[in-house]
Amino acid sequence: MEITAAPMPDTRHVAHHFDDAEQQFVAAELGMWVFLATEVLFFGGVFCGYAIYRFKYAAEFIAGSHRLDVWLGTVNTAVLLTSSLTMALAVHAAQTSRRGALVRNLLLTLLLGAAFLGVKGYEYHHKFEERLVPGRNFRFVAHSAHVPESLQPAKEEKVDPRQVELFFSLYFAMTGLHALHMIIGIGVLAVLIVAAGRGAFSGGYFTPIEMTGLYWHFVDIVWVFLFPLLYLIR
Amino acid sequence: MSFHIVPRSTYFKVFAALVLLLVVTVLAAKVPLGVFNTPIALSIGLVKATLIVLYFMHVRYSPPLVRVFAAGGFLWLAIMFALTFSDVLTRH
Amino acid sequence: MTVQGFAHRNYLNADYRFRSWLWTTDHKRIAILYMISITMFFFVGGAAAVLFRLELMTPRGDLTIAETYNRLFTLHGVIMVFFFLIPSIPAVLGNFLLPMMIGARDLAFPRLNLASWYIFMLGGVMAVGAIIAGGADTGWTFYTPYSSTYTNTNVILMALGVFVAGFSSILTGLNFIVTIHTMRAPGLTWFRLPLFVWAHYATSLIMVLGTPVIAITLLLVVLERGLGIPIFDPKMGGDPLLFQHLFWFYSHPAVYIMILPSMGVISEIVACFARNRVFGYKFIAFSSLAIAVIGFLVWGHHMFVSGQSVYAGMVFSFMSMLVAVPSAIKVFNWTATLHKGAVSLETPMLYALGFIGLFTLGGLTGLFLATLAIDVHVHDTYFVVAHFHYIMVGGAVMGYLGGIHFWWPKMTGRMYPEWWGRLSAGIIFIGFNLTFFPQFVLGYLGMPRRVHEYVEEFQVLNVMSSAGASILGVGYLIPLAYLIWSLRYGPLASANPWGATGLEWQTESPPTTFNFDKTPVVREEAYHYDTGLTEASHSHVL
Ligand SMILES: [Cu+2]
Repeated sequence: MEITAAPMPDTRHVAHHFDDAEQQFVAAELGMWVFLATEVLFFGGVFCGYAIYRFKYAAEFIAGSHRLDVWLGTVNTAVLLTSSLTMALAVHAAQTSRRGALVRNLLLTLLLGAAFLGVKGYEYHHKFEERLVPGRNFRFVAHSAHVPESLQPAKEEKVDPRQVELFFSLYFAMTGLHALHMIIGIGVLAVLIVAAGRGAFSGGYFTPIEMTGLYWHFVDIVWVFLFPLLYLIR
Repeated sequence: MSFHIVPRSTYFKVFAALVLLLVVTVLAAKVPLGVFNTPIALSIGLVKATLIVLYFMHVRYSPPLVRVFAAGGFLWLAIMFALTFSDVLTRH
Repeated sequence: MTVQGFAHRNYLNADYRFRSWLWTTDHKRIAILYMISITMFFFVGGAAAVLFRLELMTPRGDLTIAETYNRLFTLHGVIMVFFFLIPSIPAVLGNFLLPMMIGARDLAFPRLNLASWYIFMLGGVMAVGAIIAGGADTGWTFYTPYSSTYTNTNVILMALGVFVAGFSSILTGLNFIVTIHTMRAPGLTWFRLPLFVWAHYATSLIMVLGTPVIAITLLLVVLERGLGIPIFDPKMGGDPLLFQHLFWFYSHPAVYIMILPSMGVISEIVACFARNRVFGYKFIAFSSLAIAVIGFLVWGHHMFVSGQSVYAGMVFSFMSMLVAVPSAIKVFNWTATLHKGAVSLETPMLYALGFIGLFTLGGLTGLFLATLAIDVHVHDTYFVVAHFHYIMVGGAVMGYLGGIHFWWPKMTGRMYPEWWGRLSAGIIFIGFNLTFFPQFVLGYLGMPRRVHEYVEEFQVLNVMSSAGASILGVGYLIPLAYLIWSLRYGPLASANPWGATGLEWQTESPPTTFNFDKTPVVREEAYHYDTGLTEASHSHVL
C-alpha cells in the first residue's frame, strides 16, 4: 500500500525557533487543519441559514433551483474533482522530487480552477440576464420561458417570488464565497508554480505544496455539498 | 523527516470513485423519491467528502491530532445546526 | 533617581530602530505592540463611557439627544468588546508569556503573529473611521433587520472593522493551539503546564471555532445592507432570529474568550502569593476545557424574549446552568489554595482577590439571567448591564491588570511602585462596585438599558453609578501614569522578583530575544512552592 519515505530533510527551510524539519512540518500540518476547521464554521454559518430557509420555503427553493443549469453544474463539479486529482498528483510529484511533473500538475490544477471560474462567470451572466440576481432588478416569473416545460412543477405559480429571491441571495452568497476561495487558491498556485520551476521543492521540503493541496481539496469539498444543495433540489 | 507517499494508483482509484458518485447523484436527483432525494444527495456528498479527506488530504495517514481537528470543525457545525433547529423546529 | 541601563542584551535593547518594531516577529515585541494598541482603544471606549455616564446624571436628555446617546453606547460596546477585551490578555500576556512558559523560542508561526497585529490594526482603523464618520447606532450586537435595513448610520464600515479584527483573533488562537501542541520543552507534559497555558488553550479553541461564525454573519449583514440582497429581512421571509442564533453562537463563547485567560492569570497569581501549589490542578485545567465546550451550548439564553421557541429556551436555560459548574469549581479551588497558603497582599494579589469576589457575584447573577422566568422580568434592563460588567470588567479587566502588574518586571525589567499599585487596585475595586452595584438595583426596579432618559425615581442610583465611574476612571489613569514612569525610573527587577515558579521566571528580566540560552528541561510539576515559604516575597528589588 503506502510507502514510507525518509529522504534527507532540506534544513535550509527550518526556522530558528523549530528544533528540526519534522517539528516544523508537524506544526504546519496541524496549523493548516486548524485553519480548515475555522473554514468549516465560516461556510457553516451560511449553510445553517440555507437549511432554515430550505426547511421553511421548500417550494420556493425548488422553483429557484429549477432556474439553475444542472449540466453546467455537473460539468463544473467534474472539473473541480479533476483539479483535486491533479493537485494530489502534484503533491506526489513533489514528494518524489520530480520537478517537471510538479510544475505540470500545478499548472493543470490552476487551469482547471480557472475553467471552473469561467463557467461560473458564464452562469452568473445568465442569471443577470434572466433578472435572477437579487436586489431591485430581481423578477421571478412562474413558468418562465427559460425553463423547459417538462422541468416545471405544476404548482409553480403559487410560489412566493420573495422567497425565491431569498434562494438566489443564498446562491450568490455561497457560490460567491466559494469562488473567492478559488481565486485565492489560484493566486497561491501561481506563486508555487514559479517557485517550483526554480526548483524550490523536493522530497526534503514540500510543505507549501502539501498545505496548498489541503486548502484546495477543502474548497473542493465545499462545492461537493453546494452542488446538490443548489442544483439538484426536486 | 518521514512521511507517507500515497501511490498514484490510489489517487486515480479515488478519482474514479468520485466521478462515479457524481454521476449517481445527478441521476438519483432525476428519480422522484419525495423526501428521500435530499438525504440521498447529502449522503453521497458525505461519502465524496470523506474520500477526499481520507485520501487526497491524507488524513488516513495523518497523526491522531490532525484527525481530531479535521473532525472537530464538523462536530461544532453539528452543534450549531442541532441547537438552532431545536428552536426552528419547535417555533410557532 | 538615577537612570540605570540593563547589563545584558535583551529583546528591548536588541535594536532601537523604529522599523525593528514594525517588522518584528518576536512574540514579545508583538505583545508590546498589542499592549500599546489596546490601551489606546481602552481609553477611546472609556471616553464614550464618561460621556454617557455624564448624560445619565439627570433624568432628562441634557447632554445628548437620543441619537447621539445610541452612537455612544455602540462605540463603547464595539471598541471595548472587539478591540480591547477580546485581544487583551491573549494577545498581550498570552503572546508574551506562552512561548516562555512552555520553554519555546517563539510561537509556531511568528510571521503570522505579526500579520495578526496588522490585521487587528486595520480592523481598528476601520472601526475608528466608522466612528469618526458619525458612528453606528445598532449597539455592539448589530441586530437585524435594524442594522441590515433600517438604520442610517455607518454599519457597513463598523461591521467590516469587526469582521477584519476577527481574523486576527483566529490567527492568534491558531498560533497558540499549534504552539502548545508541538513546541513544549522536553519533560513538559500536559499536566506540568501552568494553568495559564491550559486557559489559553481553551480560549484558543473558542477563538478558532467561534470567530468564523460571527465573521460570516457580519459579512451577510454587510451584503444585505450594501448590495440590497435579502437575507435576514422579515419582509422578504427572512428570519431575524437566524442572525441572533449565528451572532450569539460566537458572542456567548466570546465572553469566555475574555474570562478564561483571566482565570489563567488568577491561577498563577494566587499560587505565587499564597506560596502554595494550586489546589485541584487537574480540576482547574479540565474546567477550562469544559467551559470552552459547554460555552458553545448555551447561546440561546440571550434570546429568551426574542420569539425563540419556549422549548429551545428551556434547553438553553438548562445548559446555561451547567456551565456554572466548571466556573464554580475554579472559584472553590482558588479559595482552597488560599486557605492552605501563606498569603501576602502585593498588587497582583489584590487584583486576583478582587477578581474572585467580583467574578463570583457576576457569575451568580448570571444564574438569575439564565433562569428563563427571571430573565423575562429583567431582560434588557440594567440588571443585565451590571451582570456582564461584573464579568467583563470585574473579571476580565481585573485579571488583565493583575497580570500586567505580575509580569511587568518580566516584560520591562523594571518594578512598578508597589504603594501606588496597591492604592490604585483599591480605588478600582471601590469605583467599580460603586459604578455597577447600583445598576443591579436599577435593573431589578425596571430601568431599561440603552435609553438616555429615565423616570426621576432612578436618579439617586444613577448619580451613584456615575460617581463610581469617575472614581473608576481615576483608578485606571493612575496605573497608566506610574507604569509609564516605571519604564525609566522604576528599580531594576531581578529575574524572579516574586520567587515564582514557571519557566518564564528562569530567564532574565527582560528576556533575551530567543528567551532561553538553551532549551530548558522540565523535571517537576507546576507550582512547586513549599507551603509557607515567604523568604523571596520581600527581596524582589535588585
Ligand atoms: Cu451568554
